[in-house]
Amino acid sequence: MSPFLFWIFALLTLIFGAAVVINRNPVASALSLVVSFLGLAALFMSLNAYFIGIIQVLVYAGAVMVLFLFIVMLLDLRAEEARRINWLASAGGLAVTLILLGQIFSVISNLKFAHNPFPRLAGSTIDDVRNIGAVLFRNYNLPFQIVGVLVLVATIGVVLLSKREPR
Amino acid sequence: MITLGDYLIVSGILFAIGFAGVMLRRNLIIILMSLELMLNAANLSLVAFSRFRVDPTGLPDYNAQVFVFFIITVAAAEVAVGLAILVALYRARQTTDVNDISSLRF
Repeated sequence: MSPFLFWIFALLTLIFGAAVVINRNPVASALSLVVSFLGLAALFMSLNAYFIGIIQVLVYAGAVMVLFLFIVMLLDLRAEEARRINWLASAGGLAVTLILLGQIFSVISNLKFAHNPFPRLAGSTIDDVRNIGAVLFRNYNLPFQIVGVLVLVATIGVVLLSKREPR
Repeated sequence: MITLGDYLIVSGILFAIGFAGVMLRRNLIIILMSLELMLNAANLSLVAFSRFRVDPTGLPDYNAQVFVFFIITVAAAEVAVGLAILVALYRARQTTDVNDISSLRF
């Protein structure tokens, strides 16, 4: 992938990711999150992970975001009014974030192999879905079934949680 | 030339943005969205490492991509449960602001 496209999609992801946090209106935040996830899906595709990119678009930009928007509109959340900001807590949160960012940068700059180029793949088109499926069902069969049970439990939990209590 | 470090830096900044959202915002829905951002940042670095670790036959390391698949599944379940809790909370308290929900605060 050309560096130009990489930086466009990286900036798209980061700017709209920041917009999620900055926007006061929850609907605007949710829509920014969609754009951020789409940029991230493009980055996955630039790493030749086509299956993961498509899953990202389908599950995140599709299902999860519909869920978020549905809840935002169901609860009819307006842009939150400006409350009295606890400056001390905000400054503390910002300081912890900046320390974390500095830590991440220092770790990455100390990685010896971080400046090596990516190795070449066997071909320009690799059989992505087939290979992931093979690894998933051969080596990770039990975790796959456990995740299935987890999704079932989550479904039952959601139904139970949103059931109205009889009074 | 785009290297592994560039992807890791993008992933790190995205994680920090999500972390800042969890730390600074008081709206529960925004906090859930920021959690999603952090999970996705982890996914990006996993996929970048997967592409970096190519085996002799010229294929990327698919263990990492299977792991990302699991993360996406668990994140979707987590969002569903989190939003259901949010709706139940809103029904009881008519608020999504974490400052108004402090019964358990010491």
